[in-house]
Formats: sequence, C-alpha cells, structure tokens
Amino acid sequence: MESYSDKVMEHFRDPHNVGEIPDASGIGKVGNPVCGDIMNLYIKVENEVIIDAKFKTFGCGAAIATSSMVTDLVKGKSVAEALKISNRAVAEALGGLPPIKMHCSMLAEEALKSAIEDYLKKSGKKS
Amino acid sequence: MKRIYLDHNATTPVDPEVLEAMLPFYKESFGNASSVHEFGRTARMGVEDAREIVYKFLGTHDSQEIVFTSGGTESDNLAVKGVAHALKSKGNHIITSSIEHHAVFNPCKFLEGEGFKVTYLPVDEFGVVDLNALKDAVTDKTILVSIMMANNEVGTIEPIEEISKIVKSKGIVFHTDAVQGVGKIPVNVDKLGVDLLSLSGHKIYGPKGIGALYIRRGVKLTPILQGGHHERKRRPGTENVPGIVGLGKAVELVGKNLKKEPEKLKRLRDRLHYGIEKTIKFTKLNGHPTKRLPNTLNISFEYLEGESILLNLDMEGVAASTGSACTSGSLETSHVLISMHVDTAIAQGSIRFSLGKENTEEEIDYVIKVLPPIIERLRKMSPLYHGKQGVN
Repeated sequence: MESYSDKVMEHFRDPHNVGEIPDASGIGKVGNPVCGDIMNLYIKVENEVIIDAKFKTFGCGAAIATSSMVTDLVKGKSVAEALKISNRAVAEALGGLPPIKMHCSMLAEEALKSAIEDYLKKSGKKS
Repeated sequence: MKRIYLDHNATTPVDPEVLEAMLPFYKESFGNASSVHEFGRTARMGVEDAREIVYKFLGTHDSQEIVFTSGGTESDNLAVKGVAHALKSKGNHIITSSIEHHAVFNPCKFLEGEGFKVTYLPVDEFGVVDLNALKDAVTDKTILVSIMMANNEVGTIEPIEEISKIVKSKGIVFHTDAVQGVGKIPVNVDKLGVDLLSLSGHKIYGPKGIGALYIRRGVKLTPILQGGHHERKRRPGTENVPGIVGLGKAVELVGKNLKKEPEKLKRLRDRLHYGIEKTIKFTKLNGHPTKRLPNTLNISFEYLEGESILLNLDMEGVAASTGSACTSGSLETSHVLISMHVDTAIAQGSIRFSLGKENTEEEIDYVIKVLPPIIERLRKMSPLYHGKQGVN
C-alpha cells in the first residue's frame, strides 16, 4: 500500500480536537459504516467566528488525520472563510494523501459544510 | 524496537535451511535443467529431487503429477482455466465458493466472460461451504469444482473429503487451493480425494515466485502458456531451479514438523485469543471456532475500523492485517466476511493475526499488553462507541 506522509502519521498518532462540544452551534454527521468512514464534526461559533471545533471519527488513518486537520484549519476562521476550505486544502495541509484515500478528505469537507449548514439553520440565517 | 510478525498468512520469512539449499543453484550449479552437460544435469537433479519431496509429501508416488509454477496464483489459474478449456466440449459449468482467494475467483470471472457458467456456493456464518447447495448446483454440464482447503482470511477448514465424495460420484474434476493448508494441516491428495491441488512456496518458509500444482494422472488440462517442452509442456519456461529447490526444502521441513508445529501454533494462537477476550470488550471471532487453521485468529473489534488499529499496532512493532475496505486497495470490504454475513461495520473492524514458527509466548504476551490501550484510545474517538464509555 502507498504509505502516508509524515504529517498524516503525526495527526493520526496524536489527533487534535478529539471529542464533542455539548453546546455546539453546528453539528455535521456524514458517512456510513458500510463505506468505512463516519465523521461527526462539532463547531462552536461566536460573532460569526468559529472559536472551537471537535470531531469523532470511525475510519482509517487518513480519515482520522483529515478530521484532525480540518478542525485545526477552521478554528479562528469566520464562517464565510471556513466554507471555502476545500478537500484539496485539507489534503495539501497534510502533505498529500495516497490517491485511494482522497475520498477521506472529501468526507472532511462534507462534514465541515454540513456543520456550517446546521449552524446557519439553527441561527436562523438560512431556512 | 522489537518487531513482532503476526502476518504469516500473507507471507513467511525464508527458513535459513531453505536459503542454504538454494544458494548453490544461484552460484556454481546455475545450469539450465534442460541442458545435456554437467551444469544442466546438476540443475536437473535439483529439480527432480524437489519434485520427489513434493509428491511424497502429498502422498502420491508419481513424479509426473507435479508441475512447478510461479506460485499459488499461477497454480490456481492453470487448474481452473486449464481444466475449463480442456473440457469445454463436455460442459460449460463450474462450481466454486463465494470465499475463494482472488486467484481462483478472478479466473472464474474471466471464464464467465468466455461464456462459462459459474456457481458461487454460499457459506455459513463460520465460512463453511454449504454441501446441500453444492449437491443442488451440480448438473450434467458441470466440468469442474474448485473449493479451497482452508480460507486465508479467517482460517476456516473446508470439508474437502465430503465435497470430494459428492463431486467424484458424478465424475467431475475437483481442484483445491491448498496454499494455506500446506504445512498447517495434513494434506494427502488421495485421502482428500482431489484431482488438482495448488501450493505455494512463500507461505511455508520458502521463497516467493515458486509454487506447484498437483495434477492427478489422467486429468486433462490445457496449458496457459505456450513454449518449450518444460514440465511436459504443461508449464513451459526455463525452470526456476533455485526456487524449485527452495520449495522442495521448505516442503521437506514443514513435513518434518507437521506433528509438533501446528500444536505449538494453536497453543500460542489460543493464548492470544483468550488474552484479548479477557481484556477487551465487544470483540467477535470471525471463522470457525474449532475447524480452523491452528495459526489463524481473525477477530473484530466493534466500533472501530481495521486500518487505524493496524497502524497503531505497527507503531508498537506488531504486524498484522485487516479485512477493512480502507486497506484493500479497492475500497471493498472483505468478500469473505461479507459472504459469512458478518455485519459490514463489524467486518470493517476485523484484524487477522496469523502466527508462525518463530513466534514466542513473550511476543504474544507483548501483543496482549499493547492492544487494550490502542483499542480504548481509538474507541474514544469513534462516534459509534457513543454511550458505551465506562463499560470497557
């Protein structure tokens, strides 16, 4: 199998932001166990800025590393900025992913988008 | 860091005695076994001595029944496609199981493309082939049945003798892929009642790139390759003499150790199993509880995905493998576990430990020590484990 970058292994070995946010502003739940990955992403928003993000993930090394990276990337960003974070940006920040694992970065992007959607709905900014 | 290898169903280290036996055939005895001169005759002797070891090990007395190949995959291809092509005027139906290795499964798929009909027999929850389904599947067009002797992923041993009785009573050719069986359980072609049997070198402490196919005298087979007269034209190509000699030595050694070694492996394997069950909750054994290869333990850790467990074990120096989709290279969950109706989420968390002769009790105890914290840490990260905290 193609091996992971050092950065992926670093995040896999010691993932950042593991857990849940009990009073989250938005929650994104994507994936299913059949395809092999499930990602739950929690964000806390104050004044349109994401001040905290946490995750819980069922998945392979790449899924855990991308969860860790995407939560790192969004913290401190405005909601509008966070919406622009693409799966490619997550993969690049990790020093690349093996081609067969790129779908894991897709999952991270989807989880983030879905958490932001949830926030926008809950805060009445979008119906 | 100490490194512990528990992936012997994938491949095994070459036994030093095997390597020792091979080396002269790379050096001074490098001849082409087809040559008339002294160099050639020495190489030929190496090949034929190995052939004698293999056929005696398999319980036959006919040197012409052994063909050397490049490994298990070629042996399986030669058996399945060779018989199908040779007997296509008699019929176009093949029966195999739904848990075969890809080396049998994909040649069957290939033959379907050529117009053959293939039945993939179901298995029970333990991975044992359904004999009633086999009886029902046989038609007068059936020309070949291919069922593995033991499964590589879960270790379940198939009832080859019973299958043979059903198949041979109808006069159908019967092949078994015994790549995982050889060296771990007794293999005797007459007792098993098989017409063809595949074996591989690198699963039994021999070199990679060498295997053999047993072909019972009288069984017709169309070769895959066309070329010279080697192996009675059934497998043309200059013989891989060092590989063949290595395979011979490897077979000799596993044959010699067949009384004691599997017992030792089973004891260590069960020690690992009990150690895991005692310290980790929510696990499930995959494969038959008793009719199973003595070295194989396939166990699912619920709420987790296999690759993340493997990577963590690797960081602790422990090598194993998984049936998880994420590691398959095709993003498909193990077809073996799916055929056994193992829940997909549980199949994702399957880890296969396959032991070998160099493993020790200390190594097993080390694994039992490092595994629980890995599982606990990953479960804390798993969204599926929600609400289960505190029970582990």
